[in-house]
Amino acid sequence: MAKDLVNALANLKEEEALKIVKDGLGAGEEPLKILDDAKKGMEIVGKRFADSQYFIPDLVYSGEILKEITELVKPKLTAAAETKRLGKVVLGTVAGDIHDIGKDIVVFMLDVNGFEVYDLGVDVPAQKFIDKIKESGAPIVGLSGFLTLAFDSMKETVEAIKAAGLRDKVKVMIGGGQITEEIKKYTGADAYGNNAMAGVTLAKKWIGA
Amino acid sequence: MEKKWEELTPDEKQEALFNRWLSPKDPQGNDLKFQSPQTEKAYKERLARIKDAIQMKKLPDRVPVFVAPSFFPVYYAGITPKESMYDYDKCCMAFKKFVIDFEPDGNLGAYVPGPGKFFDTLDYKLYSWPGHGVAPEQSYQCNEGEYMKADEYDALIDDPSNFFSNIYLPRVFGALEGFKMLPMLPGILEIYGVAVNFIPFGLPPVQATYKALFEAGAEALKWIGAMGAWNAEITAAGFPIIAAGFTKAPFDVIGDTLRGTRSIMLDMYRQPDKLLEAMDRLTPLMIKMGVGTAQMAGHPLMFMPLHKGADGFLSDEQFKKFYWPTFRKVMMGLIAEGAVPMPAAEGHWTTRLEVVQDLPKGKTLWMIDQSDMVKAKKTLGKVACLFGNVPSDLLVVGTPQQVKDYVKNLIDTAGKGGGFIVSNGAFFDQAKAENVHAMVDTTKEYGVYK
Repeated sequence: MAKDLVNALANLKEEEALKIVKDGLGAGEEPLKILDDAKKGMEIVGKRFADSQYFIPDLVYSGEILKEITELVKPKLTAAAETKRLGKVVLGTVAGDIHDIGKDIVVFMLDVNGFEVYDLGVDVPAQKFIDKIKESGAPIVGLSGFLTLAFDSMKETVEAIKAAGLRDKVKVMIGGGQITEEIKKYTGADAYGNNAMAGVTLAKKWIGA
Repeated sequence: MEKKWEELTPDEKQEALFNRWLSPKDPQGNDLKFQSPQTEKAYKERLARIKDAIQMKKLPDRVPVFVAPSFFPVYYAGITPKESMYDYDKCCMAFKKFVIDFEPDGNLGAYVPGPGKFFDTLDYKLYSWPGHGVAPEQSYQCNEGEYMKADEYDALIDDPSNFFSNIYLPRVFGALEGFKMLPMLPGILEIYGVAVNFIPFGLPPVQATYKALFEAGAEALKWIGAMGAWNAEITAAGFPIIAAGFTKAPFDVIGDTLRGTRSIMLDMYRQPDKLLEAMDRLTPLMIKMGVGTAQMAGHPLMFMPLHKGADGFLSDEQFKKFYWPTFRKVMMGLIAEGAVPMPAAEGHWTTRLEVVQDLPKGKTLWMIDQSDMVKAKKTLGKVACLFGNVPSDLLVVGTPQQVKDYVKNLIDTAGKGGGFIVSNGAFFDQAKAENVHAMVDTTKEYGVYK
């Protein structure tokens, strides 16, 4: 049974997965156990994406199925789900840029790989990053941007983090369609990634996981 | 006796459109007067160079060079994107300065900013633009959304025009709310009851919508007047404008601005047949749109911005099933009428190259961004002229020497045997002017075919 949900989700069988969850809940199965299986299924999805067996539509679809499962399970939950997290990451698309697809994929991949992600959304001013770093104590910051204008926004954000006295407390990664090693140097970030999995690898390396 | 258009072969039609491009008209429809015999000669030489590169029949005198920016000319001229959208004189000044200063063989006209007041009047929801959702010094950006709902495929398939007028347009233009009440036109048949169909036009919301439309139409006309004058001036100065209009791949039509990225991805799993049917329905319309513009403008090149087909956005299998078939049909439809599809493969398309090379030779012009150029030349490059690949990051933070080295290497790799045009790979806002100069000048010096 448990394995069924893990596989159904991992294989993107929406109807089957939802039926397993409904049947399970009807039969009095522990809601937290169902969520745990769903998490295992999502880990397989993330792994297949990292291995280039799955592509962006598969991530989007699995996220959608997970949302439906969570909605089914939520009313039955008595205690909050306790999940052990590897570490915290503050992430957002920099000021002036409202593109979110790339950022959302990185958030998704960090999440299924065990990180607690503070997604600040798009067009995020530098101060908002700083406030969230202070509040959360996150050691990792991710800056996303699609337009060439984002290069300067990223640079300004890194400088603002420095001016706030936080630069030695956080590692900064950047990513987006036109981001390269040269842009990493230009912005003063610590690293860049050209796909979502590179972001996960960097985050894991930085927290020593 | 001259053959009628219908009697021409696709090759002859393409030649006829190239000839019309070679003999430009002024906005009044008369033969354009060039500034001087020198600028006329320069125009014809540039165009011949571009044509030879595209047709791949004979080697051009040298590798042509395009500069295809987004808002770069605006920043370069020291004005803001907002000013360029609300003051057409300033917009034209900026794009003119850009063309005159950089002297590319091909440029994209001054269309990028578009008419700000027009967007205001119609309360355009699909984009945020400078002063209206983004800061005055930034470019406009798309607000993706589900402007078509998951259960509306049948409405689109049954009657695309009605779907657009009564459902889609009121969602993306706040001022077109009244269109929701428009009558079904095929119901207008005979005297008995005919007036009933016209009742909506008497209602205040519909009248308000038409009032906004008249205003917006007047503004659009003012803007296109400025663009027409600009085109004439720049052409007269010897610089060809490389695209007459645009059309799109049906998957992008639905995925970009109707269903949105997330939703079309879900549709591939949940309602694949509806999605395929809708794309089939849109295919002839996208052909008609491109062919119509090419005919009207007397210009073969038809821009096709590509989005959702890039590496990673679809699996290989999904690309072959959902993206490529109707995209190819649109291109073949344009080619049959003499137009030259100009798809822009922004981002990475390396894994798609083998699939998309299934095209007749010398009939398309592909903008390549970050795809592997060696592979591109060996695959798609065998049948199609490629342009682009000079990276945005290099133009922004690189040095002229780095740009020079990059362009030389690019010419060595992709320029061999013709069928290649140097250009930036993605539409850019920022760049160092000296780097753009380096891209153009290196091509002119190093790209000469011996």
